[in-house]
Amino acid sequence: MRVGLFIPCYVDQFFPSAGMATVELLENHGCDVAFPEAQTCCGQPMANAGCSGDAAAAARHFVDTFSGYDYVVSPSGSCVAMVKHQYPKIVGNAASSVVSKTYEICEFLLDVVKVTQLQASCSKLVAIQMACHGTRELRLATGSERPALPTFSKPRQLLEMVDGMQLVELQRPDECCGFGGLFSIDEVDVSCAMGDDKLSDFQQARAELVVSTDMSCLMHLGGLSSRQDRGLKFAHIAEVLNGDWA
Amino acid sequence: MKHPEAAAGFVADSAKSSWHDQALWGVRTKRDAAVSAIPEWEELREQGARIKAWSLAHLDDLLVQFEAQCQQNGIVVHWAADGPEHNRIVHGILAKHRVKKLVKSKSMLTEECGLNEHLEAQGMEVIDTDLGERIVQLRHEPPSHIVLPAIHLQKEEIAETFHKTMGTPADMTDETELTRAARKDLRERFLQAEAGVTGVNFAVADKGIVVVCTNEGNADLGAGLPRLHIACMGIEKIIPKFDHLSVFTRLLARSATGQPITVYTSHFHKPKPGGEMHVVIVDNGRSALLGRKDFRRSLGCIRCGACMNTCPIYRRSGGHSYMATVPGPIGSTLAPSKDPKTHDSLPFASTLCGSCTDVCPVKIDLHQQLLAWRGELVKMGYGDRKKIRSMKLAGKVLSSPTLYKLAGIGARIALRGPRFVLPSEAKKWLTNRDLPPVPAESFRARYRRHQK
Ligand code: SF4
Repeated sequence: MRVGLFIPCYVDQFFPSAGMATVELLENHGCDVAFPEAQTCCGQPMANAGCSGDAAAAARHFVDTFSGYDYVVSPSGSCVAMVKHQYPKIVGNAASSVVSKTYEICEFLLDVVKVTQLQASCSKLVAIQMACHGTRELRLATGSERPALPTFSKPRQLLEMVDGMQLVELQRPDECCGFGGLFSIDEVDVSCAMGDDKLSDFQQARAELVVSTDMSCLMHLGGLSSRQDRGLKFAHIAEVLNGDWA
Repeated sequence: MKHPEAAAGFVADSAKSSWHDQALWGVRTKRDAAVSAIPEWEELREQGARIKAWSLAHLDDLLVQFEAQCQQNGIVVHWAADGPEHNRIVHGILAKHRVKKLVKSKSMLTEECGLNEHLEAQGMEVIDTDLGERIVQLRHEPPSHIVLPAIHLQKEEIAETFHKTMGTPADMTDETELTRAARKDLRERFLQAEAGVTGVNFAVADKGIVVVCTNEGNADLGAGLPRLHIACMGIEKIIPKFDHLSVFTRLLARSATGQPITVYTSHFHKPKPGGEMHVVIVDNGRSALLGRKDFRRSLGCIRCGACMNTCPIYRRSGGHSYMATVPGPIGSTLAPSKDPKTHDSLPFASTLCGSCTDVCPVKIDLHQQLLAWRGELVKMGYGDRKKIRSMKLAGKVLSSPTLYKLAGIGARIALRGPRFVLPSEAKKWLTNRDLPPVPAESFRARYRRHQK
């Protein structure tokens, strides 16, 4: 099973450990991982700014780079949602060679690799930052808006396979963190107010480590937390599943 | 002023903004509890969405059928192409009956058309009778929410308004006492009114009846006491059959406040004996919206307000920050279709978190519409030009692996350097947030070593 790994641009530059944890997790579960060096960005920043023509150039490049693999896997729910939900709109049929085989790392591990156990442990009190696109576009978990549906959460299911895992419960488990890409700059005041509320929710639950399926949320939350010396730690879920937080 | 500045003003008072957030989150929580008691909720939403889609696709026929049925019931039907025509028609009916004083129950349509201002300018007295609407009317403010018009006000502020306008004791801040004072004042006005204007929640085509939902019974008093009742509705309020009504009454109150049904769900079939009943049907940009594929589903809105209560931006920035008749996610998709220039910041006042889409009882794809509006606005030449230029550059960089690598190296170097060399975007980021520490190696570099 040849897996093409997509690493979002900001993860490549700022969070190499999240990328490496993804590589190791996949390899340890028998995947033949390749990181095509020609990859750039999924194009989401342009699409969200309303510049879908410019996003289309990045999207076509993504399709060219990845169409030869059996699967495309990424440690970012947001980029995967972009590929699955926006590519068909902005590049049409050209998207079909990647749309159905692109997966976020958690859903890939559970639904394709069918992981049932992990060689990892964690000693921290952990809060899950449910990233919005993971929850409401990829449906990695039942959103709090849909309480009449059966409850499940793929990130939680995987974290519970980690030895010693202690998950804390939040008051608003899937409230948006306020990042939102350009929103974090355009609407800086609301964005930071939302982030502060999330940090307070993590702290009232006594969390020590906040994990997410998207580093972008954590870049925003971590930036706020570090400025205010809140003392919280942040990690991509792949790092915890890979045993990097033993 | 655009949304970010208006929002910054509301957020600056962090105690108030966080109280507002909590109050609306409380409403959302009640909605969740009501929804979890209905196992078939998601099917009900699907049914609601389908009935609305069908109604919008057959709107022309349904409206004509509705008109004929109303006429058979003795209701006079009027058609208005836009807000000014609507106001002229309503004024004409009132003037014919020499009405000087009228009472009005909640209607976002008359808010949209500016009916109160129009009638007041012609010397008529218009009293809003929904408690929240009455409060904002006394303060000369627009409503900040479509279901909870005065949700931006704390009880002390309301006490002050009542003290100034109705002479209640300055220290009377108890909710029950304030409500009693308003009710006493309103009773007088109901008795004096010569006409009642109401909105319409649902217009049933096969029966020619209008349905009005309230919790206070104010629409019933307003429509029942005076001889003259005028009901004002947008063309999209039509539902095909009486049998469809229960789908919506089940969805509406649960979504709005978590109640199983509104306290009053009144069906108006015909004029009262000796009285007159008029229905004014208004387009005001709706048929144009119906012609826009990406946005027409927004016409299915039943104005429950759930998308506002769940919106993390609305909860923190307050309804007035949208500067549109309807605020929140649905307002942000409706407003640009009328006036893209004024409202060009609204589709960007969202993280696209998608919560609105998932609470909407008629499954309007709200966050997808906001995204689609961003593209439309950029095409029309609105939005931030500087940002668009940088996106064009980014588009070029990101479709070329070589340029991309160079840009990555550049960013890593820039972020290690002094802050004043950073572009203004990065400076904005840094006002309240740190940037992550720049690692010694990028992922690419580490991966290359890992492969060896
Ligand atoms: S868009 Fe949906 S959730 Fe928002 S007010 Fe309308 S019906 Fe309610």
